Amino acid sequence: MPQIPLAYYLDVSAAMFVIGVIGFLIRRNPLTMLMSIELMWNAGNLVFAAFARSFGDMSGQIFVFIVITVAAAEAAIALAIVVMVFRRRVDVDVDDISVLRG
Amino acid sequence: MTALFAICATILVLSAIAVVTSRHPVHSVVALIVNFAALAVLFLTLSAEFLAMIQIIIYAGAILVLFLFVIALLTVGSDPVERTVNKLPDQAGEAVIAGLVALGFIAWGIRADWAPASAKPPADLGTVGNFGVQLLTTHVFAFEATAFVLLVAIIGVVMMAGRKEVKR
Repeated sequence: MPQIPLAYYLDVSAAMFVIGVIGFLIRRNPLTMLMSIELMWNAGNLVFAAFARSFGDMSGQIFVFIVITVAAAEAAIALAIVVMVFRRRVDVDVDDISVLRG
Repeated sequence: MTALFAICATILVLSAIAVVTSRHPVHSVVALIVNFAALAVLFLTLSAEFLAMIQIIIYAGAILVLFLFVIALLTVGSDPVERTVNKLPDQAGEAVIAGLVALGFIAWGIRADWAPASAKPPADLGTVGNFGVQLLTTHVFAFEATAFVLLVAIIGVVMMAGRKEVKR
């Protein structure tokens, strides 16, 4: 079974990460921005898994597990914030949320 | 193997583009599911079997369903498509330029001469059994820290979204 070079995985991951960055910057819908963040998380995960195979060490894969957990926590909290904000407002546009007061 | 990688990498990039360009959030979620499925196949080519499973179960099964619930909750009776009026005009062009500059830096970085891949990775790399043993022996502190992170997230979400009535 021929192994695919490490650099290919890094290229795919870089492309995915940059698509996530651009998506986060150009979109104004908070849900789509959160999905762009998920793309970036997963690009990082792919690099961890690729290096884990390359070095034959499980630590990279364990760290992907931890990253997935943190991503789940981040998604839950961010979506709770989105729900909180849009209970008061009807607009779905992050440019309109300029008040930060309890 | 190489053909499988090429197909999955293409699907990965195209679905990522679809995520950030879809007008409707639900279409973005569907594209993200395709993206995660292709990523799970890439994990399998990296002999990360357990990661491929939790990629499907946790990401596609739990996190994206959470996204779908929130979209359903927020867009009842309203138009979920974002408005075209943008308070930061011309942001898109500069964002794309910034992204391409970032891509240039990353591409420059990953050209580095990494240590050559070990000739043959261990046979039990990424199996569920080895993953569990590693998680509960070598990396047990990280495992416990993960549990604490989840506890904090639960408490935070309950405090924020579970509030009875927002004071006016």
